[in-house]
Amino acid sequence: MRAKKFIPLVAFAVLAGLLFRGLSIDPTELPAARLGQPFPNFAGPELRSGRQISVAALTERPALVNVWATWCYSCRVEHPYLLALAEQGVPIYGLNYKDQPVKAREWLAQLGDPYQLNVVDVEGSVGLDLGVYGAPETYVLDAAGHIAHRHVGVLDEAVFQRDFSRWFPTVASPAAAAGSEDGL
Amino acid sequence: MKFTLKVLMGAMICGHLWIVPVALAVIETYEFSSPELELRYHQLSQELRCPKCQNQNIADSNAPIARDLRVVLYEQLEQGATDDEILAFMVARYGEFVRYRPGVDRNTILLWAAPGLLLILGAASLLFHLRQRPDHASDLTEAEKAEIARLLGDPRD
Repeated sequence: MRAKKFIPLVAFAVLAGLLFRGLSIDPTELPAARLGQPFPNFAGPELRSGRQISVAALTERPALVNVWATWCYSCRVEHPYLLALAEQGVPIYGLNYKDQPVKAREWLAQLGDPYQLNVVDVEGSVGLDLGVYGAPETYVLDAAGHIAHRHVGVLDEAVFQRDFSRWFPTVASPAAAAGSEDGL
Repeated sequence: MKFTLKVLMGAMICGHLWIVPVALAVIETYEFSSPELELRYHQLSQELRCPKCQNQNIADSNAPIARDLRVVLYEQLEQGATDDEILAFMVARYGEFVRYRPGVDRNTILLWAAPGLLLILGAASLLFHLRQRPDHASDLTEAEKAEIARLLGDPRD
């Protein structure tokens, strides 16, 4: 009989616990459906050379695949950091997502080109196969060529050190920071 | 058809009030080869969630990605894909997240089973409480029972 009195308190505590946990969950964070899978195949022209490429062209491992476009402001924000990473020997492939190739080439000529190559995806179909829902997004291709990680939003020093450095242990944190500042 | 009628009626009412009518869904024109495909298009586009805007289905969303998914949906329907194939295509790319009506698996089984479980729980606790209810008849003395029986005209008398 005495125990019954505490039922509302226990129920409240459980509910409060669940709601408190909910505060620290980011509802906008989507699980990437392609994790652990090979990069989806594609066929299309490379941005600068114009030659036809497929997934076989992505030979460097591990590597980053960066989804970008000239209409995407955040891509401009992260661009200097990508240049710094490329300078440190991180292979970066670009997926020029739903963009105009002419503008994209101008962008690379003006701001510098951190990419090994760029897949032109005017229609967004490669992005769709990859599960892209906006730009910028950055994926990690691991040693086996599988998609090991996805980051949505601007890639910067803090994010790289937290989520990406285990695939790229040679990237030194202070040097990367210095490079990033130079770029800016 | 029903939907168009609703929009028209909405527009008429809003027009009457001198308010610019706000369309409920994105206006796009697709030529379907059969009304059945059109129906399935409307059903699926309302059941698929926009990955970008989170709390809108792809029928309502203006996000570019929602538009792309509508195009894919249209094309796959016209190519004769089944609902399951289309959903599998979407889930492979955007995860179970894109389905407002998720499939039954280890993560969602609790969600699906909850209504049934709660019903059983409720019924069980109701039954338990009813059984637990003190039986006032047994509190009566023999004399009282006899009195009740007499008043009710028990045939044993």
